[in-house]
Amino acid sequence: MEAIPLLAHESPSAVVAYRGGLAIDARQFIADAVRLGDRLPAGAHVLNVCSDRYRFTVGLAACLLTGRVSLLPSTHTPAVIRQLAQFAPDAFCLTDEPSCTIDLPKFHFPQFPQERGPTWQIPRIAATQLAAIVFTSGSTGMPLPYKKTWGKLARCVLDGAPRLGLLDGRRHTLIGTVPSQHMYGFESTVLLGLMSGNAFGAERPFYPADICAALAAAPHPRALISTPVHLRTLLAAGVDLPAVELIVSATAPLAADLAREVETRFGARLIEIYGSTETGQIATRRTADTATWHLWPNVRLTATDDRVFAHGGHVEQETLMCDIIDIVNDEEFLLQGRTADLVNVAGKRSSFAYLNTQLNAIPGVIDGAFFLPDADRLSGTGVVRLAAVVVAPTLNSAQLTEELRQRIDAVFLPRPLLLVDRLPRNATGKLPHHALQSLAERYLRGAP
Amino acid sequence: MSDKASLLQQPAPLADVGLRLEIATLFVQALNLEVTPQEIDPDAPLYGAGLGLDSIDILEVALLVSKQYGIQLRADSQDNQQIFRSLRHLTEYIAAQRTK
Repeated sequence: MEAIPLLAHESPSAVVAYRGGLAIDARQFIADAVRLGDRLPAGAHVLNVCSDRYRFTVGLAACLLTGRVSLLPSTHTPAVIRQLAQFAPDAFCLTDEPSCTIDLPKFHFPQFPQERGPTWQIPRIAATQLAAIVFTSGSTGMPLPYKKTWGKLARCVLDGAPRLGLLDGRRHTLIGTVPSQHMYGFESTVLLGLMSGNAFGAERPFYPADICAALAAAPHPRALISTPVHLRTLLAAGVDLPAVELIVSATAPLAADLAREVETRFGARLIEIYGSTETGQIATRRTADTATWHLWPNVRLTATDDRVFAHGGHVEQETLMCDIIDIVNDEEFLLQGRTADLVNVAGKRSSFAYLNTQLNAIPGVIDGAFFLPDADRLSGTGVVRLAAVVVAPTLNSAQLTEELRQRIDAVFLPRPLLLVDRLPRNATGKLPHHALQSLAERYLRGAP
Repeated sequence: MSDKASLLQQPAPLADVGLRLEIATLFVQALNLEVTPQEIDPDAPLYGAGLGLDSIDILEVALLVSKQYGIQLRADSQDNQQIFRSLRHLTEYIAAQRTK
């Protein structure tokens, strides 16, 4: 049976992570993973919420070594945690946050001594071993699980690493502004670091000044693994940008002019990655130069009727893509937008069907719908928020928001949330966007 | 608790009230909030429940604060938790740190 090493670092002293200014080498990492694996409680499913990227990665490795499965839901709201506990009744939460409020049995990441293991041997994990289950919000109200084997996860980032120039023999440092638990952060910091033999920064810098400080402290060559929101904010913040060798962006399409500005200001190339929770990463492009996406070497797209499916390579099964895709040739495609139901706010994906189901499940809500208002201007981060119109005579907007907060990720909370007497449904019961938009505008002008 | 933290808990000097309203107005405009600046409780938490800001809003606020007042916020500073405890705390921080 094929087995794939847990990490590609060739010597015990090769750096896996930088944490608080200190280098952690491969030998220490393996020792930490083995020790954690020995201490984990019973239960084969683990919700690893460690915010420290090194601890998250030790947690992932400990799970791989002991045959446990890491659960990666798209958000941690109380409702999603309850669904997770139903999905995997033996699940526990691995956390490095003393005041973690997630309602699952908790195991706190232990303090380990700074001692390396007695021997140096890189563990190998069977390619067919189930490593992770990732969830999309689905459209019915229940998150949809997608199983990821170790072999496919490893292959995904290995097939993509050459596009990023990360297998050129130099030791790169990956600085991520995305959490390890998000599919992109999971792939492009944690897995990419392990499988390409490079190092990642354990911290997750947040403010522009934090990102610059983390980059400035990282050894060259440096790669900034980020998103359109963070890149836009970095450019707008008026800070001096440290030299980097590579910038990677994903989670939402990056505008070509923003990509060019990022390249100019950083003096480095920017590679954009396209993927989805279902398929993992499948294509890259240099956005400053071209709109055309270049598929992973063995991944292919096939159009059937109006729908496009991905298959081959690391894609576990033929998967329907949620974006509108024009296939250029076997290896290239163009993105023409999202299907009408898909929602992307600040890189988090959901669907209107899911959000509307959650809204209408609230006791007291008679009818309600989310929509994306037409933005009259872009904010500094470039994020446009959803709005909602709701018929709920017994509830006020604060009560509704609190109920929604229990069910959906905070980025999707509607702003504004308009309480109305009835929704502008047409004869077939549908809600035309222009009717919602004009209703919202009338209400915001204070003339219902 | 550090000296700085206890300093932040003292009542705002009168001069800060005008600044507080100015910051509240910036918030409401930039974050598209459904309240008037006067309605924001100066002592309510800004993050999560309370005013209901999320991490994207906090980035938006960081940009505003850098542009309007010349302050670059840092997550690893001891003050960061304090700053977002309330509008009053943020106002005091800006009053003390502003460079423009």
